[in-house]
Amino acid sequence: MALLTFRGGIHPDDGKRLAKDAAIVDVKPKGDLVYPLSQHIGAPASPIVAKGDRVLRGQKIAEAGGFVSAPIYASVSGTVKAIEPHFNPTGAKVNCIVVENDGEYEEVEYAPVKPLEEMTKEEILGAIGEAGVVGMGGAGFPTRVKLSPKEPEKIDYIIANCAECEPYITADYRRMMETPELLVGGMKVILSVFDKAKGIFGVEDNKPDCIEKLKELTKDEPRMEVMALKTKYPQGAERQLIYATTGRAINSTMLPADAGCVVDNVETMINVYQAVVKGMPSIERIVTVSGDAVNKPGNFRAPFGMNQTELVEAAGGFKEEPEKVISGGPMMGFAMFTLDVPVTKTSSSILSFLKDPVKGLEETACINCGRCVEACPSRIIPSRLADYAQHHNEEAFTKMEGMECVECGSCSYVCPAKRPLKQAIGSMRKIVLANRRKK
Amino acid sequence: MENKLNISSSPHIRSKITSSNIMLMVTIALLPASAFGVYNFGMNALLMLIVTTAAAVLTEYIYEKLMHKKITIGDFSAVVTGLLLGLNMPPTAPLWMGALGSVFGILIVKQLFGGLGQNFMNPALGARCFLLISFTGPMTRFIYDGETGPTPLAYIKEGSMSSVNSMDMLIGRIPGTIGETSVIAIIIGAIFLILMGIIDLRIPGTYIVTFVIFVGIFGQFTAADVGFFDPNYITAQLCGGGLMLGAWFMATDYVTSPITKQGQIIFGILLGVLTGLFRLFGGSAEGVSYAIIISNLLVPLIERVTLPKPFGKGGEK
Repeated sequence: MALLTFRGGIHPDDGKRLAKDAAIVDVKPKGDLVYPLSQHIGAPASPIVAKGDRVLRGQKIAEAGGFVSAPIYASVSGTVKAIEPHFNPTGAKVNCIVVENDGEYEEVEYAPVKPLEEMTKEEILGAIGEAGVVGMGGAGFPTRVKLSPKEPEKIDYIIANCAECEPYITADYRRMMETPELLVGGMKVILSVFDKAKGIFGVEDNKPDCIEKLKELTKDEPRMEVMALKTKYPQGAERQLIYATTGRAINSTMLPADAGCVVDNVETMINVYQAVVKGMPSIERIVTVSGDAVNKPGNFRAPFGMNQTELVEAAGGFKEEPEKVISGGPMMGFAMFTLDVPVTKTSSSILSFLKDPVKGLEETACINCGRCVEACPSRIIPSRLADYAQHHNEEAFTKMEGMECVECGSCSYVCPAKRPLKQAIGSMRKIVLANRRKK
Repeated sequence: MENKLNISSSPHIRSKITSSNIMLMVTIALLPASAFGVYNFGMNALLMLIVTTAAAVLTEYIYEKLMHKKITIGDFSAVVTGLLLGLNMPPTAPLWMGALGSVFGILIVKQLFGGLGQNFMNPALGARCFLLISFTGPMTRFIYDGETGPTPLAYIKEGSMSSVNSMDMLIGRIPGTIGETSVIAIIIGAIFLILMGIIDLRIPGTYIVTFVIFVGIFGQFTAADVGFFDPNYITAQLCGGGLMLGAWFMATDYVTSPITKQGQIIFGILLGVLTGLFRLFGGSAEGVSYAIIISNLLVPLIERVTLPKPFGKGGEK
């Protein structure tokens, strides 16, 4: 059978060999922990601690600020030092709770509400929301909200996004290799909320070992299926993953739930499992530290709030000063001007490169070669849309379906003229969205 | 950290291919046809190729210098234009004519419309058609082995199929323009471009197939000894004139062909029909150059009716 996939996409060097075989290592931060109140989509969390309060690891320090929001928990024991603005990895300054680490790691005792079998759907969703679980693949959308679609009975598929299609990142890979049972457990929890739904694990075929492990673990689970996907970026993009696994297609005006699907990534599902079955809040995640500037690329279990400088030290520090440091993957991550930022719920990786691969690239004229059209998973014409964006022609931009762009960056990657296509289209999309809100 | 980290918008990695790589590969792909042209026609062919290429590059350089624009001769696109024009010149044409063509192609067709990527017509073909109209005599006089005579295509047009040797046409031992005669040399270059991922079969494939169907059906109406889908006639039509050079190297010009995949198919069909029409029912035996530049002009229209459907709105399949 042909491997499941989508049309378009690119094949960059995946760079995963650097950190793929490095087992997950626990790291214990020494410095202050900084918890941004806004590390999810939605309203910022509201602090429930004050300066001078002693907090324990696993203690709630900020309450969800609304329905679309998530609470935040301390990941170490210590004293609240301040509530003040700090930079986050995307370069924005946001209000944060700063906790001075006492190094004791005194932890709250976790207990599930009750055994999973006895929990009602509302109790399960409540436990997920209460634990502060958000989409940890990068979007940070509160998982409880995602799992509460308008018509839950119409959900046919729960899709575990095990594609990990961004180059270099191996955090989900290590999770699947070391504790696949937690992932399957998370799937079981979510399936118990949707009686009719089938669970799908969509894994790129560059991870045959994961596919085998998951198949073995789910062989007696009639509601679960492991699907091998073609290794191609952006296979893990929500719309492309849904299409590859179910043949259903959604556009920018629809939610996955409109196609009867819910998609959660590996780390998120594991956090769901821990929240519901162990009663443990979301306080840490696996972060890949990789790139050619790092001495010992690896995968680390990092408490949220930990300074990223410390995490790079855990990976043996830099060989030499890097030219570029990226939070997230090289295709969609953010270039950082400082490492003095905390690990957040959506920090999947820190990548450092001795040479900035895009430094000094000279933009030349578009030669209409059509490589961007070929690569675009949204099946639009990036080169033309970038022209409209540069001329601020909002009408032509929307008419030519610019809003369907998922900002995966495949067009910029393949462009022989080195045009910043994604950047131009992305900026225009923000303007269009802002204008729509004004109306 | 003492040094400043670089900041840029994602993606932070890029493919290695650049526009100048692409143009360089097209230049390389034209070398077999160029070499055969020089072997077939001698010194004057070599001089013509050098003159048209140098004139194209020089025109681009001088124009950009005078206009205080960025000098772009390093992108090899002017080299491709100059070389292509040279390959489209009769080996006996005076050198100044080739130089004039290059100036016209680069200055009028390319630069005055905004430079690389902005021209709506293939500069080499625009220049060739300009020369054909202005200097019809020298541009259509072909001397081979010391004799002035018709090209095989002209023989066919006159209805004397028997004067045509298909094997000579395949190898290129026939009169014609410098680069168009050897089908084998052209195909070697084309295979190189396909393997390097520079061109695909969508335009040249549909062009050639459509043309074969057209001459297969309508060939019989132009000469008494030609049958329905006459294999000898079709072979001669395929190997004669500028069809192969045009289909593989000029119809595939990115700038002047549709960016949409469906559009490329329509473009190919249009080229096949127009070439057939011009060759079979037009005044001249040739028709490729005019077919391509007319189709170039229709590209914006073709694109408008072939916009792809986005993912999630029917375009995912």
